[in-house]
Amino acid sequence: MKRIVFRRMLALVPLVWLVATLTFVVVHAAPGSYADTIDNPRLSPETRELIRARYGLDRPPLEQYLSWLGAVATGDLGTSFMYKQPVSAVLARALPPTLLLAGAALFFDLVLGLILAVAAARRPYGWVDRITTVLSLGLYGVPSFWLAGLLILVFSLLLGWFPASHMHSVDAASLSALPRLVDLLRHLFLPALCLGLVGAAGTARYLRATLIDVRSSRFMLAARARGIPESRLLWVHALRPALLPVVTILGLSLPILVSGSVVIETIFSWPGMGQVAYNAARARDIPLILGATLIGTAAVILGNLAADVLYAVVDPRARRPS
Amino acid sequence: MRAPRRLLWGLAGIVVLVLACLVGPLILSPVGDGDPVHAALLPPGTRVTVLDLSDGRTLVSPEVDLDHGEYLVHGRRRTTTVSAHDVVSKHDARLWLGSDRFGRDVLPRLLRGGRISLAIAALGAAVALLVGLGVGLAAATGGRVVDAVLMRTVDALLAFPLLLLLILVSALFRPGPTLLVAVLGLTSWMGLARLVRGQVLSLRTRSFIQAARVAGTRELRIWSLHYLPNLKAPLAQDTTLRMGNLVLAEATLSFLGLGIPASLPSWGAMIADGQRVMLDGWWLSLFPGLAITTLVISLALIGDGLQQTGDASA
Repeated sequence: MKRIVFRRMLALVPLVWLVATLTFVVVHAAPGSYADTIDNPRLSPETRELIRARYGLDRPPLEQYLSWLGAVATGDLGTSFMYKQPVSAVLARALPPTLLLAGAALFFDLVLGLILAVAAARRPYGWVDRITTVLSLGLYGVPSFWLAGLLILVFSLLLGWFPASHMHSVDAASLSALPRLVDLLRHLFLPALCLGLVGAAGTARYLRATLIDVRSSRFMLAARARGIPESRLLWVHALRPALLPVVTILGLSLPILVSGSVVIETIFSWPGMGQVAYNAARARDIPLILGATLIGTAAVILGNLAADVLYAVVDPRARRPS
Repeated sequence: MRAPRRLLWGLAGIVVLVLACLVGPLILSPVGDGDPVHAALLPPGTRVTVLDLSDGRTLVSPEVDLDHGEYLVHGRRRTTTVSAHDVVSKHDARLWLGSDRFGRDVLPRLLRGGRISLAIAALGAAVALLVGLGVGLAAATGGRVVDAVLMRTVDALLAFPLLLLLILVSALFRPGPTLLVAVLGLTSWMGLARLVRGQVLSLRTRSFIQAARVAGTRELRIWSLHYLPNLKAPLAQDTTLRMGNLVLAEATLSFLGLGIPASLPSWGAMIADGQRVMLDGWWLSLFPGLAITTLVISLALIGDGLQQTGDASA
C-alpha cells in the first residue's frame, strides 16, 4: 500500500510538469501581455515597452520558461504582476477559502445525495423514487450560475436569510469568536449549497443504482431472513457496499468542485483560488496563472490519490496488489 | 425491441427545442426592435401596442392613448407624445416572454440564442469526436511508445479542471464563434480518446475479431465491419452526454462574458443580463435557464436511453 502511494506521488511530478508546460505554451501563445492590460491611456508605447522589460516579458519565451522552471524547482513561484507580492503568498491567502467552500459543498453533496438515494431505493419506482429521479435529473441539467441566481433571489433578496456575497460582513473584525463563526457560516451557506446541490444530483443517481443492485444480492436476502428490520438492512447492510463507488465519484468530482467554484466564487465574490485564477488570466499575470494552475492540478491529482487510498481503506479487496 | 421510455422523452425534448429554435425565428418576428423608454422590463404575456413612425423608429408600449390627433405613448417614467401624422402603422402584439432592460422582445432572442448554443455545442462535440477518435485509435494501434505518450498527455489534460481550462483559454484568446467551437472541442476530447482506446483494446481480444483475422480478412475490412459497428454505441452515448456538458460550458463562458461576442444573443449572456435586474425582471433569467436545463436533461435522457438499449442488446 505504502509503496503504491509512493509510486503515485512520484508519478505526480511529471504530470504536474506537463500541465505547467502546456499552460506556459498557451499563456505565451495568447495575444497581449500584462503591459497591455494596464488601463491607462497616458502610458506611451515606450513606457509599455519598459514595463514589459521590467517584468522580463521581452526575453525569448524559451529563456523565460527555463528560468521559471528553475525557480519552481527551488520552490519559488515568482512574483505576481498584479499584486506585486510573491505568488505563493497570494495563493496561500486564496487556498483556505476555496478548501472551506469545497469541503462544505462536499458535505452537502454527500448528505443530500445519501438521503435522496436511500429515500429512492427504499421502494424502487415508487413515488418517492420518481420524484427523486426527476429532482436529481433536474439538478444535473441546471447551470450552476443560474441556480446561484435563483438561490440569491429567494434566500437573500426576498427572504433575507443569508447574505448574497463575500465571506465576512463588513464589521466582522469587531465581532467576538462565536458571532464571527456564525457570520462566516451564514456567508458560506448559499455558495456551498449551490455547489453541493449540483454534486448531490450525481451522487444520488449513482448511489440509488448501486443500492438497488445490492438489495437484490444474496447476503441481503440472508440478512432479511434473519429478521433484521428493513430500515437497518438499508442503512447498514446495503449502504456499506453501495458507498464504495461514491468514494471514487468524490475523487472524480474534485475537478468539478475546483472549476465549478470559479463561477460560484465569481458570483458570490468568494475570495478563493477560482477568482484569483480568473482575474490573473484577465490581467495576463503569467506567474500567478502558472502558480494557480500548478496548485490546482496538484490538488486534483492528490484528491484522486486520496480517493484511491480511501477506497483501499473501505474495501479490503482493493488492498491486495494486483 | 421497445425503445426505453427515457430515450423517447429525451428525443421529444430535443426535437421540440431544435424545431422551435430553427423554425421559430422564421415565423415569429420580434415585437419592435427594442424600445428602452416605453417597453423596458414588461412581464411575460403583456399586450403592447406597436407604433411604426415615419422616421423609421418603432415605439412599443402597453399603454397608448389617442388624444386630439396625438398619440400618448406611456412608459414607466416618461410619456412621449407623437403626432398621428408621423405614425405609419399601428398594431397590437403580445410579448409572450416579456421584454428585457432595453425593451427587446425576449422570445425571439431566446430562440435565436438557442440556435447559436445548439450549433456551438454540436460542432464542439463533433470536433471532440474527431480528435478523440483519432487519438484513441492512434494510441490503440500505434505501438507502445505512441500509446504511452498520448495516454500520459490525456492524463495530464484530465487532471486539469475542464472549466478552468476553458475559462483560462477564453480569457486569454477572447475567441469568436469559430474559435470557441475549436476551444470547446479541443478541451473535451480526452475522455473519448480513453474510451475508444479501451474499446479497441478489448475488442481486439474478442473471438469474432480474431476469427476474422485468422480467416484472412483484410485489416481495413475488419475495421469497417467489426470495430466500427461495435464502437458506434458507446460513442453515440458518450457524445450525447458530452453535448450536454458543452451546452453548459458554452453557457458558463457566455455568462462570464467570455463566450461569443455580446452582439449575438446567447442563453448564458441572457441569464447574466437578467440577474442584474433580478427583482424587477425575474423572467429574464428564468426562461434561458429553463431552456438550458431542458436541453441538457434531454441529452442526458438520450444518453441514458442509448446505454439501456446497448445493455439490452449486449
